[in-house]
Amino acid sequence: MTNLSVETITQIEQPLPGAPDNWKRFFSFSTDHKVIGIQYLVTSFFFFLIGGIFAMIIRGELITPEADLLDRAVYNAMFTMHGTVMLFLWTFPSLVGLSNYLVPLMIGAKDMAFPRLNAAAFWMVPVFGVILMASFFVPGGPSQSGWWAYPPVSLQNPTGNLINGQMLWLLAVAISGVSSIMGAVNFVTTIVRMRSPGMTWFRMPVFVWTVLAAQIIQLFGLPALTAGAVMLLLDLTVGTSFFDPAKGGDPILFQHFFWFYSHPAVYVIILPIFGIFSEIFPVYARKPLFGYKVVAISSLIITGLSGIVWVHHMFASGTPGWMRMVFMATTMLISVPTGIKVFAWVATVWGGKLRLNTPMLFALGGLVMFVFAGITGIMLASVPIDIHVNNTYFVVGHFHYVIYGAVVMGMYAALYHWFPKMTGRMYSEGLGKLHFALTFLGTNLNFFPMHPLGLQGMPRRVASYDPEFAFWNVVASLGAFLLGMSTLPFILNMIGSWVQGEKAPQNPWRAIGLEWLVSSPPTVENFEELPIVISEPYGYGKSEPLVANPDALEVSHESN
Amino acid sequence: MNPTKIDPSLNSHVESTHISGLHGTVEHTHDEAGNSMFGFIVFLLSESVIFLSFFAGYIVYKTTALDWLPKGFTGLETHEPAINTVVLVSSSFVIYIAERFLHVKNLWGFRAFWLLTMAMGSYFLYGQAVEWRNLPFGFTDGVFGGTFYLLTGFHGLHVMTGVLLQTIMLGRSFIPGNYDKGEFGVAATSLFWHFVDVIWIILFILIYIWQ
Ligand code: HEM
Repeated sequence: MTNLSVETITQIEQPLPGAPDNWKRFFSFSTDHKVIGIQYLVTSFFFFLIGGIFAMIIRGELITPEADLLDRAVYNAMFTMHGTVMLFLWTFPSLVGLSNYLVPLMIGAKDMAFPRLNAAAFWMVPVFGVILMASFFVPGGPSQSGWWAYPPVSLQNPTGNLINGQMLWLLAVAISGVSSIMGAVNFVTTIVRMRSPGMTWFRMPVFVWTVLAAQIIQLFGLPALTAGAVMLLLDLTVGTSFFDPAKGGDPILFQHFFWFYSHPAVYVIILPIFGIFSEIFPVYARKPLFGYKVVAISSLIITGLSGIVWVHHMFASGTPGWMRMVFMATTMLISVPTGIKVFAWVATVWGGKLRLNTPMLFALGGLVMFVFAGITGIMLASVPIDIHVNNTYFVVGHFHYVIYGAVVMGMYAALYHWFPKMTGRMYSEGLGKLHFALTFLGTNLNFFPMHPLGLQGMPRRVASYDPEFAFWNVVASLGAFLLGMSTLPFILNMIGSWVQGEKAPQNPWRAIGLEWLVSSPPTVENFEELPIVISEPYGYGKSEPLVANPDALEVSHESN
Repeated sequence: MNPTKIDPSLNSHVESTHISGLHGTVEHTHDEAGNSMFGFIVFLLSESVIFLSFFAGYIVYKTTALDWLPKGFTGLETHEPAINTVVLVSSSFVIYIAERFLHVKNLWGFRAFWLLTMAMGSYFLYGQAVEWRNLPFGFTDGVFGGTFYLLTGFHGLHVMTGVLLQTIMLGRSFIPGNYDKGEFGVAATSLFWHFVDVIWIILFILIYIWQ
């Protein structure tokens, strides 16, 4: 029985997404959110490797105290491009890709609210990727001012060319911003207005909550960065004096614009990862998510608080004492909703029948690393410590624990967990576990040494250092090379399994969620008939069905 | 483009307690114009943060800059800009009347008032251009020159976009059956116009009144 009129099924000519034999549509302007999701994921992974190569070059330079491998200017370009590529071309797009793939499926929608806008937003990613990479070929080379692009450093234009590395950098960041805003409008509209019948707010999976929370941050935060970037671009090209202290401008104002967005941006990154943890732990512990509603709501609390913490990046920027105190307090406050979540995950896993397959290992590893990063984060939030370690490797160590330990590991967990859904194939568990072992070891070897180095006073963004720092730097570099190798089993696993992995059933993990009620990979329109949701998510160990019409979701319902 | 028809009997076998709020959801699930309007409002909210950031920058510079006004310049003339303001702000009412006319399917009434809005918007742009031309300072003359042209210019760009959108909507009104699918384009354009007006009022207070 079908109640939907046939005309609604548009784009019928598109083949099943995810099926490897139809790879051509990944190079087309497809408007299917699942194709776009995979396009984002693959593109961003490509840039992950590029950013990784830059990281290898950085660590290669730092394995000896002297600046012997690279020219200093090239070193500056390397860490600038490493940071920029990793953030704007790997983390943001990969999370947007995952969200793109999952959100419509999880809320029971046939697609995003604005499919064409979605495709347009994706295709801007390769465009600004190319623009950024092009800066290697302009006079003076890429930007050297770090991923913050603080003036007055970023206003120096020694070659005098209009088209210079910094200008291309700003252009790329601006296009990335436009693309993200388009995505954010789409996600918020989709989540608010496209939920299937019965999918009330408190029946939404936590992943959807976190995507909503993250995208709201994009909406209120990104425009501030755009404003700052426009003014910086005008200073650089037209010769205005907004941020140029020599001409009466105010460089600190740029820092405010920058961090008003870029601190909340770290929550844009980490919130979906919180969502991934919340999805994965219940499945492999066979228990409902502990404190579902509190976890869901705390995402929005984080969104709210994230708008009032940015000055903690500027404790050492001549910030007045009262302001430091206020922002120290807000920063510590934001660790409360975050702590609640950590507590909920631990309680979820506690006493469960754990199944330690690759996604679960990555999620657990990511959680451990995140807790470590949280501890150093609280340390950095307190002004006296921050004044001491500001701009040292302690900070670099802290945020790489977040970004590699929690974000990259969480992302890997998600990719393994939903791989069968996306491709219709199973991945190789052996290679997956090897990948986990290498990553976990490599991450700690690479980033732990940065903490003692920072406490001893090694500054960041330098190509050479005092020989007393040599020991820990060698360890870190070896860890980095290990991390570089850790991507090999991953790539092998993904490509190999996609092409010839075992066929995946509808629901290989016995997981509860709308996406697991349809075939792997789902059909173009996801659901033949919209699911009617009748119970809360994560009903592990309970016998309530999730939807009222499980057999009507697909035309030819294959059972597993 | 066809909205999905959902058979109400679809839900009949589900107990109503489980699906409270269900009908609201079903109704707007495929309401594309509704989605577009919602999305557009979200976008405008986001866009307003760019203006807020520029305003914040303006306030910071005005209160802290050592040399605020360019040398030899004593302050902005407010007479002409005030007239401009009245024209722009009243055009918000005119566009509203146009919308009402469309609502009761009076196409010519709609076009007349719509055109009047466009004329008022264009007059505003003209007035802005004349003002710019007669100012003794440029974009690169200190932070005052910078923020002044940045704010008025960025706002002017929005007015221009608004007039452009209005031109498109006017042209479309001649397509037979254009409004069968709803009046989203007109409603969005008019909302955008109100937005541009509100921004101008704040801008006028900040730049011209608070001197
Ligand atoms: C193999 C993995 C990685 C290694 C070995 C690595 C190494 C480094 C090192 C040594 C620095 C400091 C450079 C300096 O201050 O002189 C750095 C900076 C940075 N890294 Fe990574 N990193 C890795 C992965 C990532 C990832 C996955 C991200 C983000 C998603 C990331 C984001 C950043 C950022 C934002 C900076 C700051 C750049 C700046 O100072 O402007 N890194 N990285």
